[in-house]
Amino acid sequence: MNRINQKLNQDNKLLSIYFTAGYPSLNDTVKVIQDLEQNGVDMIEIGLPFSDPLADGPTIQESSTVALKNGMTTKLLFEQLKDIRQSVNIPLIIMGYFNPMMQYGIEAFCAKCQEIGIDGLIIPDLPVAEYHEHYQEIFEKYGLINVFLITPQTSDERIRFIDSVSNGFIYMVSSASTTGAKSTFGDVQQDYFNRIQNLKLKNPQIVGFGISNNETFLQATKTTKGAIIGSAFIKHITNNGVNSISDFVKKIR
Amino acid sequence: MKYQANEKGYYGEFGGAYIPEMLYPNVEELRTTYLDIMNEPSFKEEFNQLLKDYVGRPSPLYFAKRLSEKHNTRIYLKREDLNHTGAHKVNNTIGQILVAKKLGKNRIIAETGAGQHGVATATVCALMGIKCIVYMGEIDIKRQAPNVARMKMLGAEVRPAKSGSKTLKDATNEAIRDWINNPVDTHYIIGSAIGPHPYPDMVTRFQSVISEEIKWQLNEKEGRENPDYVVACIGGGSNAAGTYYHFLDNPDVGIIAVEAAGKGVNSGESAATSQLGKEGIIHGCKTLLMQTPDGQITEPYSISAGLDYPGVGPLHSHLYKTGRGEFFSVTDDDAMTAGLELSQLEGIIPAIETSHALAIFNDKKFKPDDIVVISLSGRGDKDLNTYIDYFKL
Repeated sequence: MNRINQKLNQDNKLLSIYFTAGYPSLNDTVKVIQDLEQNGVDMIEIGLPFSDPLADGPTIQESSTVALKNGMTTKLLFEQLKDIRQSVNIPLIIMGYFNPMMQYGIEAFCAKCQEIGIDGLIIPDLPVAEYHEHYQEIFEKYGLINVFLITPQTSDERIRFIDSVSNGFIYMVSSASTTGAKSTFGDVQQDYFNRIQNLKLKNPQIVGFGISNNETFLQATKTTKGAIIGSAFIKHITNNGVNSISDFVKKIR
Repeated sequence: MKYQANEKGYYGEFGGAYIPEMLYPNVEELRTTYLDIMNEPSFKEEFNQLLKDYVGRPSPLYFAKRLSEKHNTRIYLKREDLNHTGAHKVNNTIGQILVAKKLGKNRIIAETGAGQHGVATATVCALMGIKCIVYMGEIDIKRQAPNVARMKMLGAEVRPAKSGSKTLKDATNEAIRDWINNPVDTHYIIGSAIGPHPYPDMVTRFQSVISEEIKWQLNEKEGRENPDYVVACIGGGSNAAGTYYHFLDNPDVGIIAVEAAGKGVNSGESAATSQLGKEGIIHGCKTLLMQTPDGQITEPYSISAGLDYPGVGPLHSHLYKTGRGEFFSVTDDDAMTAGLELSQLEGIIPAIETSHALAIFNDKKFKPDDIVVISLSGRGDKDLNTYIDYFKL
């Protein structure tokens, strides 16, 4: 069974952390992953940096720009991760935009992910219909779980379609925004969380975008399986360095 | 038609809508309504009325006698430079502001590079009394001060794009991010034949008035609707798409696209996307784009701010790939020389974008009785500083 599914079968609420590979320094990637696991994080999204990350807010954009300047590439990321399964057991997901994966070659990219022990992919600009038609077979051949986003604007009908194509979890974007844009959740988000809960989907949901502290983590996970934190974590390591990961995780739960 | 976008927005293998889920409702609303809106009689009437009374259409199709003599062929210039705001861009912004009104949107966003599309958007927003926000790269804001001032005078807010390379592609990213954050009340007026479906097709249809007029105007002057060639410069490719549109399925009309070679196609400072680009995804669309082997989008260069986009519209990628279009690339130097030549032979100072199309005669020899229609996409007022610096005027 894929590590993601195993993790989703556990009883606890999951904390998942996103970070940008090659940031703050080129060779921090493996250390950040190891420290996150040691501090009890349940799952990690490894950001493959892109020059034009249009779903991301300023924090992740900036970290991507720095990572690229540091010399991060797809090949190098795979090189850095080649022995990661000797030290890390939690699910690892690569999150990135479609163009760098296309240039690497989709099948080659998926094969490499399987070889390393990557469990899933999140590709914000690969629409579900396109995936379903052209890429699902390839992803599944290499045992990769592809995770789709839904937003408060996504219709019930479309959510059900996404649920039918998914085999891991659904990434619930908390509000109509790019990453990192909101700091608290209000009634609108609560209504949305309730609406999704009432759909009784087959895939569990994990909330992302706008989660930055214990309060928003608890709010987001009340009706869902877990939460993903990205921008707040990147801000933390930008300000406090990569040796301060335990401080951050303690603040969340 | 063979070269139209299919219902999923593909031109052959290019096009589509590679957008994050956050954009799906906005783009889907547009996709499912744009053709119906554009076909409504009341829409057509208002669009045509504004093109006539406000933009000043039809733009003349002018026989350039001295230029023709010089190059020993028959050259007509389609005078988009005489439109209100000085370029073809306004054809599209008039159309899209009317679409936005039909969709009940009360806030407009746009991206701009040199500022021409920003000015054309600010203009129609002033005309309709709708709030307008234009994203422009921080570097371009410094380079294009007069257009920034124009937009401000027209009541638009100009927001600097400070991410990435701080130019047109980043301004486009910022506009897309704004749309993600404002999904309900906002319409995004994309300025070129790029972006996720239905934008390339919608922009092309609004610009297709150019070739529609060429047909009847040429018929009046020459007794034939079809020229032997249509020529246009290409950045993202909106003036070109409009100039080719009604000739795409007629193989007797040669289609010529002129890209900016910058300092030379292989100089490392170029914007010749068909020569240097590879298939990939940019701004929601699968097309040819300039990128590193690793798939990072690179910054193009041209002396003309309107041509330095790292991608090209999906229609044009398809025309290139199928061989329907003949693609040329013209250097800064050759374009500037051609701009000066037109000024002195015909008394028309063209935009530097257009000067690239006018340099076609260095690379392609036409027969004396060929009829060659060139899209004179914009006027050169905005480029005076560049001309002054280049020619030490």
